[in-house]
Amino acid sequence: MVSYEEGLKTVKKGFLILCVVTTVEVLFALLGNGHIIPGLMFPKVVMAPVMIAFSLYKAYYIVYNFMHMAHEVKGLAMSVLMPMLLLVWGVIAFMQEGKFWGSRRTQIEQFNAKSVKPTPSKATGMIDDIKQLPTKNG
Amino acid sequence: MAHATVDHDVHHDHEEKSAYWEGGREAFKASYGKLMMWYFLLSDAFTFAGFLIAYGTLRFSMPTWPVPDFVFQAFPTFGIIPESMAHHMPLVFVSLMTLILIISSVTMVRAVQEGHQNNKRGVVFWMLLTVLGGAAFLGCQAWEWTTLIKGENVSVTRNPFGRHEVNGTYTVDAHGEPYAAGAKAETFKSGQGYLLHGKMDHVTHAPVLDENGDPTFIQRTYVTDKGAKGQLSFGPKAFGALFFFITGFHGFHVFSGVAFLLIIMLNVASGLYERRNNHYEMVEKIGLYWHFVDLVWVFVFLVFYLL
Repeated sequence: MVSYEEGLKTVKKGFLILCVVTTVEVLFALLGNGHIIPGLMFPKVVMAPVMIAFSLYKAYYIVYNFMHMAHEVKGLAMSVLMPMLLLVWGVIAFMQEGKFWGSRRTQIEQFNAKSVKPTPSKATGMIDDIKQLPTKNG
Repeated sequence: MAHATVDHDVHHDHEEKSAYWEGGREAFKASYGKLMMWYFLLSDAFTFAGFLIAYGTLRFSMPTWPVPDFVFQAFPTFGIIPESMAHHMPLVFVSLMTLILIISSVTMVRAVQEGHQNNKRGVVFWMLLTVLGGAAFLGCQAWEWTTLIKGENVSVTRNPFGRHEVNGTYTVDAHGEPYAAGAKAETFKSGQGYLLHGKMDHVTHAPVLDENGDPTFIQRTYVTDKGAKGQLSFGPKAFGALFFFITGFHGFHVFSGVAFLLIIMLNVASGLYERRNNHYEMVEKIGLYWHFVDLVWVFVFLVFYLL
């Protein structure tokens, strides 16, 4: 159990850390999207991992210091945190799937853009519509 | 330790531990309530993860997606800030919302600490601040939603926000009419965000509605730098539904949190937990939930506003 004074210190430190990390995140997002220095842009492959890393750090900080996971026994921590590993698979698998849907979507659009002339159906001996009758050369 | 005599009284002494499978032994040295709160939060984390993964999957499947720092750049004027400035503050308002949530998380930690000290007044004071923080967050979210729904006509089935895929020049002005004499044609760059503004009546300044009562939009025409003609179109439809469902689900968590915080705060004030003499464990449990709400916001903030 942490002492009361130590606890107060953790609160102040935690508040500062969360505020600073969030500020850095937002400034980095604005910088990378060209809002701070006109013309300067960072590619998505640089931006995304940095943002994700900052957020994961914030999540770790909240769980371990504000929710006191650091003071729980190891079994509890593991029984809560280990199932989260499934999400790593989930994120990777579904992002792949999403990309696949995207490529399918463009393929379908390409197919739809092609104008296909309807092929005349084989004669059945029935005249459904007089306009379907060949008028010339037929 | 005697196996034969097991005290079935619910208020059993913590010192007198009975054998496994006979009750009275705490798993993981945590009380039943706290442990179950952890597992509830685990299951809730999976629910949110499911939503956020669905968001990611749909976003990856779209050739284009609205630009967050273009969509979320409004700030309330409070009647003081000039209107023009209040429209170009990318991510400032959502950062304010994040700050509010961080502060309320910190006040919650303080309430739990005062509970460990058995300081009833302290617990009530810090819980009250936490409730105010939660309410302030909900107020901000209400403003954000109102801006999107009323001002920018976003709904679960309609998304007027898009992203330019090419460089080009608009051939008409922002009202969809020919440029005034001497006016310079507006240009845009690939990657920039755009919004299809709702048509407004020139005289009454009321939105122009179609026969179904839906807003009508100005779809500006343009010429790309390569000379191709085009017209602004609606952005990916899924954006609105995902935004409202996910931030709404989070907002609902905040709302329930505020309700439970209020109830527990009143119970603290009435002396209920003081009589239980367990260092205000109930405050600790609602604290876990409240930090979780902050934790989820970290990821909602990441995927909707930062990435």
